[in-house]
Amino acid sequence: MSAFDRIAVGEPRELGSHHFTADEIKRFATAYDPQPFHTDEKAASHSLLGGLCASGWHTGAVMMRTFVDFIDREAEQAKRRGEPPLRYGVSPGFDDLKWLKPVFAGDTITFTGEITAKRRSKSRPGWGILTVTTRGKNQKDEPVFTVTSHMFVATEDERADPHGERD
Amino acid sequence: MPYRYFEDFAVGDTFPLPARQIDQPELIAFAQEFVALPFAQDAEAAATDQSNSAIASGWLVCAVFMRMFYDGVLAESSCLGAPGVDTLKWQRPVKPGDILTGRTTVLETRSSRSRPDVGILRLRQEVFDEAGEPVMWMEHPLLFGRRSASGGEEGSSGLAGGEPTGRLRPDRD
Repeated sequence: MSAFDRIAVGEPRELGSHHFTADEIKRFATAYDPQPFHTDEKAASHSLLGGLCASGWHTGAVMMRTFVDFIDREAEQAKRRGEPPLRYGVSPGFDDLKWLKPVFAGDTITFTGEITAKRRSKSRPGWGILTVTTRGKNQKDEPVFTVTSHMFVATEDERADPHGERD
Repeated sequence: MPYRYFEDFAVGDTFPLPARQIDQPELIAFAQEFVALPFAQDAEAAATDQSNSAIASGWLVCAVFMRMFYDGVLAESSCLGAPGVDTLKWQRPVKPGDILTGRTTVLETRSSRSRPDVGILRLRQEVFDEAGEPVMWMEHPLLFGRRSASGGEEGSSGLAGGEPTGRLRPDRD
């Protein structure tokens, strides 16, 4: 049974949390999304959003980091069990990303992920596709973020033989 | 760049987005903070390992696109934010040193059902590499303030609004 075969569909897992500070919100936004409600407390308080809040792309990037840390921990646990870890490939993209509520400076967002579908790729032998719904909630338990991501994962475990085939 | 309100966008309008280069230090810094996957992070390994050459995280391409979109369109506009992204596809890897360009196309314009002073655009965003090959595309709604706060624009049904005032590709949805 490969790591791919062991993937469970339909079991939400907590991926991790991140605390958003005003400094990091402003740093990301200054570089990538300098709309006033992401860079200036005063302007933000007068905006539709109600206060200094993170760029939605910042929230997405933090979600990515939270997910990567999660799969690193999963790989460590697999190693301890003597099992080869799941190998991840690229993501072709996502659907239905929603920024449901602003992520304000001082908020802590907790992300959970659920694999909703798993299938073998017809066009890329040795690869499967996972469909994952990731949700973010703030410390008041309010949903702030959701996205349905697609990602390629290897269907066969990497062989221990160092001269074996590598992607 | 003229200041644009909701009424200043028409279906079919396209806007070129200014070119932006992704350099190695930016790619590495972003990956260290947000990705940390081996194929994105380790520049030294990347230099010697062809199959794992450093490529930009898709989320960095999104962030860089957002800056291009801000510089090209949003900076002088009544933009009020986006509720989300309907679909996004990462089509080609982006390497350090790549110079990206982009294009925004207005697909649809409609009144807000709940807010007479707000209009909603549906946009298609496209990002290209130096060779003009597509790197990423997405479609998403975007909220803009109306020039006339009363919302009494021709073609809009004001408070009861929600009818599209214009649409590209009428065969869709």
